[in-house]
Amino acid sequence: MAASRKMAEREPGDIELLLPWHAAGTLNARDSRRIEEALARDPELARQFAVIREEYAGTIDLNESLGAPSVRAMQKLFAAIDAEPARKPGASRNMAAWLAGFFSSLSPRTVAWSAGLGALVLVLQAGIIAAVLIDNRPASFETASLSMNEPITRNISAAPSPRALVRFVPDARVSDVTALLDKYQASIVDGKSGMFRLQFASAMSKDEFSGLLSRLQSEKIVSLAVATP
Amino acid sequence: MSATQAATDDVLIARIAEGDRLAMQVLYGRHHVRVFRFGLRLVRNEQVAEDLISEVFLDVWRQAGKFEGRSAVSTWLLAITRFKALSALRRRKDAELDDEAAAAIEDTSDDPEVSVQKKDTSDALRRCLDGLSAEHREIVDLVYYHEKSVEEVAGIIGIPENTVKTRLFYARKKLAELLKAAGIERGWP
Repeated sequence: MAASRKMAEREPGDIELLLPWHAAGTLNARDSRRIEEALARDPELARQFAVIREEYAGTIDLNESLGAPSVRAMQKLFAAIDAEPARKPGASRNMAAWLAGFFSSLSPRTVAWSAGLGALVLVLQAGIIAAVLIDNRPASFETASLSMNEPITRNISAAPSPRALVRFVPDARVSDVTALLDKYQASIVDGKSGMFRLQFASAMSKDEFSGLLSRLQSEKIVSLAVATP
Repeated sequence: MSATQAATDDVLIARIAEGDRLAMQVLYGRHHVRVFRFGLRLVRNEQVAEDLISEVFLDVWRQAGKFEGRSAVSTWLLAITRFKALSALRRRKDAELDDEAAAAIEDTSDDPEVSVQKKDTSDALRRCLDGLSAEHREIVDLVYYHEKSVEEVAGIIGIPENTVKTRLFYARKKLAELLKAAGIERGWP
């Protein structure tokens, strides 16, 4: 008795605090394992866990006895919904949700063909870019013997292609996006939270790139276009 | 709730954001009973609880486009229900309700007829669970009946995770005291 009173008065430990979640099966595997081990070696804790299981069952029992709402609640809800102003389709969806919806509406066969075609286009595009780079590549290094009057320089790679972060308007169609990519000779190299990173095929000066960004920004399906590394 | 159901709930919310009435019916059919019971345990009045669920799902209809999926849809629903229930309680002066609940527990302990029923542990347990304070009832229900994790309960109630754990511990201690007063000793604490 004195021991149990002492137990009740002390601050509970972390394992003890987590016992109800272990009973409900809502702990992660690591915590569950920790608790199983503690229960196996501590009979006092195991006794408390048995009490918790009774509480758990009693709570479910009590809630299940509460019944369900009448049809009136549903009628009231849908009457209120019908009275709401009509919603503009697509107005509230973001680009990610739109893309998810678009791809889920395609049949598996269509998706497979599109993916195959997309892969082929990517391979062709990569081949063309590589060919262009090889043809126009400046010397990758210069020997110091060429001129004694100039500093020794070493150029290990070509200037990187410029990139931009672009957000499309919510109702942009895939065909519009594809046409825009063709027009600007760009490809999507990354995308997150509705923003896409576009890489342009050819290198350009700072002024040329800022002009390109202005043109991109004025496109109807583009809501935002900014330079990115 | 299974991961599959959670995923399809997200799809339903995306469709509701588009104004899909059928998706709303499916979501309602799937969750309205649990939402009702959670609300009923908080407001303790069937009529008010029924009004609550209409308000909760109407909010879902209006706010679906803003749902970011950072929590499960069921957790979001319970958080809205809690907010609506507390507003309803404020309107009805909740202090009076809690006094009524406490009085109900004290009264039954002196009733000779009920003292026979006290032998029935599960019946006493149910009555004592019902006699907990609103704050304690809420956390017990969220963990045991709605199967919410520590993190989810913290999100629904708006308290730190450590407070969630200690609040449930003290709710359980209070429950043990009520049971002891009703003549039921369970060996803890």
